[in-house]
Order: sequence, then C-alpha cells, then structure tokens
Amino acid sequence: MTGDGGTPVLEVEDVGLAFAGVTAIDGVSFDVRPAELFAVIGPNGAGKTSVFNVLSGVYRPQRGRVRFLGEDILSRRPHEIAAMGLARTFQNVELFHNLTVLDNLMLGRHHHFRYGALAALAWLGRARRQELAARAAVEDIIDFLELAAWRRHPVRLLPYGVQKRVELGRALAMEPRLLLLDEPVAGMNLEETEDTARYVLDIRDELGIPIVLVDHDMGLVMDLADRVLVLDFGRRVALGTPAEVQRDPKVIEAYLGGSS
Amino acid sequence: MSTGAPPETARPEAAGRPAAARRRARRPGGRPLLYTSYAQDMALLDTRAKKIWFYGIVLAALLASQVLVDDMLSLLAMAYVVAIGAIGLNIVTGYAGQVSLGHAFFLAIGAYTGAAISGDPDGRVLGLGVTSILVWLPAAGLAAALAGVIVAPLATRLRGLYLAIVTLGLVFLGEHIFKEWDQLTGGPGVGRPAAVVELFGLRLDRPGPLGSKEQQLYLLMLVLLVVFAVAARNLARSRIGRGFAAIRDRDIAAEVIGVPLTRYKLLAFAISSFYAGCAGALLYTVTGFFDPGSFNLLMSVQFIAMVLIGGVATISGSIAGALFITLLPRLTRELPALVPVISADTTQTPNVFQVETVLYGLLIVLFLVFEPRGLFGVWIRVRNYWKSWPFSY
Repeated sequence: MTGDGGTPVLEVEDVGLAFAGVTAIDGVSFDVRPAELFAVIGPNGAGKTSVFNVLSGVYRPQRGRVRFLGEDILSRRPHEIAAMGLARTFQNVELFHNLTVLDNLMLGRHHHFRYGALAALAWLGRARRQELAARAAVEDIIDFLELAAWRRHPVRLLPYGVQKRVELGRALAMEPRLLLLDEPVAGMNLEETEDTARYVLDIRDELGIPIVLVDHDMGLVMDLADRVLVLDFGRRVALGTPAEVQRDPKVIEAYLGGSS
Repeated sequence: MSTGAPPETARPEAAGRPAAARRRARRPGGRPLLYTSYAQDMALLDTRAKKIWFYGIVLAALLASQVLVDDMLSLLAMAYVVAIGAIGLNIVTGYAGQVSLGHAFFLAIGAYTGAAISGDPDGRVLGLGVTSILVWLPAAGLAAALAGVIVAPLATRLRGLYLAIVTLGLVFLGEHIFKEWDQLTGGPGVGRPAAVVELFGLRLDRPGPLGSKEQQLYLLMLVLLVVFAVAARNLARSRIGRGFAAIRDRDIAAEVIGVPLTRYKLLAFAISSFYAGCAGALLYTVTGFFDPGSFNLLMSVQFIAMVLIGGVATISGSIAGALFITLLPRLTRELPALVPVISADTTQTPNVFQVETVLYGLLIVLFLVFEPRGLFGVWIRVRNYWKSWPFSY
C-alpha cells in the first residue's frame, strides 16, 4: 500500500465548517502522504474532532474539497466512505457495548462481506465461507493487539484501556487505506500509552497504513509524527515536521497564550 | 505480524475446504470443548450440552403429538405459531433496537393475505381458492414484508418513543380498515374462515395419515417453528444480525464503520414483518375462524411481553416467552377452583380475565426490574449455578 510515488492519500483543500454562525473549521488545507503518520494538534475546541467528522462524512462542510484516494468524498454517506477504506476511532469509545469483542471486530469487516439476507438465513455456501474467512482475518488482529483473553467478553465489561484497543482493532479489521485515530491515548497511564504508541508505529511501518492522529499528549505526538498540523480556533497555525512546529512562535503563542 | 494479510490467502484451509477441514478437525476424545477449527467454534450448537438440549426438546415435542390430548395440542400449535411472530418482533425490536408496537398490524396483513388466497372462491368473503400452503404462506409473509418496507422509512426518521407511538398508530389504522372492509374480513363480530392448510394435496385440517386434525396441525407448526427459529438464529450470527445489533447499540458508529443505516432498518422491518405475516396466516388455521377485532393493541402488547419476558435479542427466549404467554390463560382458568374470590364469570369482579390482564403488566414490570434478560437470563443463572455447583462462586 506504500508506493503511489508520493501521491497524497488524502487531500483537504480550504475546508470551512460552521454551525449556526459558530465557525468550527475555517479554511483548513493539508494532505496526507502514503505511509505517513500525520498528527493534528491544537488546544481544546480548535476543531480537531470536527476535521475528523468531516473526513468520515458525519459533518458536511459549507465549503472546500476533500479528496480520498483521488476521489471527492464530500457528497458521500459515512458508510460509503468507510467502504472506500477510511477507518476511524473515536475520542470517547464508540463500541457496540452489548456485543463481544469478536463481534465488534467482525463488524469492522462489514463491508467486506458479499452475501445477502437469504444466504444469511440459510448460512450456506457463500455466507458460511465468508464468515469463516472473516473470522480468520479477525483472529490475526486479536493476535496483533493481544485481545485473546477478552474474545468472548461483551465490551461494556472491559476496562477502558482494553476498550480503546478493541476500537483500534475494529478500525484495523476494516483493512483501511487510511486510519484516523482520535485521541488514542486519552485517559491512559504511561504504560498503556507506550503500548499504544508501539501499536501505532507497527500499523504504519509493517502494514504501511497512513495514519492521521489527534492527541493532546505532546510527547507522543512529537515522538511519533512525521508531520504535524497545528490548529487553533479552526484555523491552521502551522504545518511541518515536529521540530519545525515546536520552534514556530505562533504555535507557542497558541499553547502558552499571547504576550498581550 | 500478519494482520494486514488478506484473509483469502491467510487461511486457505479454514475457508476454502470446509468439508476436509471438518474431517481432520474431529475433536480429540474426551475434550468436547476443544475446538480445532473456526467452523466448530462458530457452529450454532457448539457444545455437547446444546446439542443434547436441542435434539432432546425437538424429540420431546414430536413425541408430545402422540401423547397429549387434542385440546392441548391445539393450544401448543398456536403457541408455536405465536413464537414465530415473537421471533419476528425480536428481530426488529430486540436485535435492531427499533421499538415496534405495530406487530399486530403485520400479523393482520399476513392473516388476511393467507385467508384471501386460500379462501373459497364462491364464499361469502373474498377468496381465490389456491389452498396450497406453499403458495399462501410465502405470499402472506411477503405481503406483510412489503408493508414493513413501506413503514420502515419512519424508523429512519424517528427513534425510541416516537417510533413506538407511530407504530402504535398503525394498529389503530389497521383495526379500522379491517373492521370496515367487510368483503375481505367479514366484518366485526362475524369474521371469516382462516387459511386452508393443504400440503401436496393433503388437507391437514382434517384427519389424515399423520393422525387427527390437531396432531397434523401441531406437527406442521412444530416443523415451521424449527425452520423459522434456525433461520433467525443464522441471521443473528451473520453480517446482517451484527449490523442490526450495531445500529441498536450505537447508530453513528455503525454508519462510520460501514453499516448503511437506512437499508438495514428497512431490512429489519421487512424480515420482522415477514415472520409476523407468516405467523398471522397460520395463527387461526387451528381455530379455523377469525375476527378483525383480534388484531388490536392488546395483541401487540402481548408480543412485546413475550419478547421482554422471554429475553431481548434471543431466539430461544422468544420461543419461551411465546409459550409462557400463550399457556398463561390456561393456568389462570384454573384459578377459580383454587381461589374462590376470583370468578370465572366475566360479569363479576374480580374475574379470571382481569387477573390475566393484570398478570401481563405485572410480569413485564417484574422481569424488567429483576431479570431484564428475561426467561433466557433465568436459564443462564440456573445453568451457571449448576456449572459451578457446589461452589457458589
């Protein structure tokens, strides 16, 4: 999945989003390259999650363009964008609480199935074959994320850190072409944070999946990211490598407050 | 690390050659819970206990047709049909989370479609004279499913209580139409004959090779219930059932991971209504006659009670709930002999019918408070108790 010769996987051009006059995103542009770990940071309310919601089709911006794998996705429904290979996790865990870990991961593969209601009722032929193949694929993810101990547990009974991991697994089960991670280490202790960082790096390096990461953990972002986009009040403050961004006076002002 | 490998190449032997894999994957002797293939792990009857229970119950039900009196067989046959309807409601309400109070409406559509197709062409009410159950049963299901598809767009706009109220409106709408449409329904207080049950030229509603009318109908309903129940269980463990559950638990997330909301809500209503339509068409073949007033709010509430008492989002629970609610009146009829205060006479208070109605409400409340998983949950508790016996933890 790595080499399109550097053609961006995702291109965001001048996107503007407002809710009843309150501007959430104000003319933001960026692109994500193949196998890149791209981070979006900014103070609370800067519009980070809004950007994610635009990308996954939950919000529809008033202006701008978003191209994913070369196709305009702004007019598409969320499930269509998901089927194109855009997976995401949520800031507050959004799992299917009554279902087991296994079923949650299997749901990640929902759009990979090619059988209809009648085949499902009979559980014959295609339905059975595809379910078994999906199960094998999901077991690989269970291995990768070390979820085997919780396979049959309803996710609502699991500790928070594990739920976060199940959500990451559900996104991976989609076999995404681009992965959006919304605060993957929020509320985690140091050890869990380091585990997650390792998973994120593995996903990029071994699977070659480009990642857009939103987080408040500066240490994590600066360590992992190839490039960083800094937002404040819905506007782009800076874009560049972690080192460049850290030196940028506008970034320092946004985070530490102006000297006014 | 092999997470990204496509499944087709990752496990060819698990996916591609299930028959061979199954032969090789015989469980080592004495270890019934050791699974050596995903096919075993994903089987419906994945433990020996489940197999024994399932085949045992089916066998007992078959034997019952030879042992029980005809009166009891009719009651059980009706309970089996009702169970098909309850499974239908559980699909849309239990699995997909779309509360529907309009189940009686879909049963009515099935009942009248079946009766009209198989009815006497020269009779007092509408009839086409096609008596084969292979024709009218699917037709009744499809007619109801079509109605479900027409209603479903409401569910994409509304949720929770609002959807419940709108589907409630369906019941009143249907009740009115069916009461006024004399040519089809025979009108209130008069009614019309139910669908004629004929299979391969054999009339099952008359004494035949399989025994009396009651025995034959009982066996038919039993077979149909098993077929419908297994199909529903398959649906529940498929991508479709998982999609339903995803919509129930968190609809925005479901859409973002690729479950099309509108299409799945439509599908849930269509399949649920198909079950309801088939149940409706079969329901009155036992008694032979039905009145348009039957498809009222009470019927919808009874179905809700079956789902809640039996167990939300479980198929076996739906069946247990249906048996429970259908057999309950038979138990309450015995009350006057035991508790003289309760009268069998409807003109007196308190009478058995009032007790029955109160019991429905009381049972729903008690189950919701003490065992929200219903009879299914009670069964799980009993099972776990004996699994760990004599230790209580």
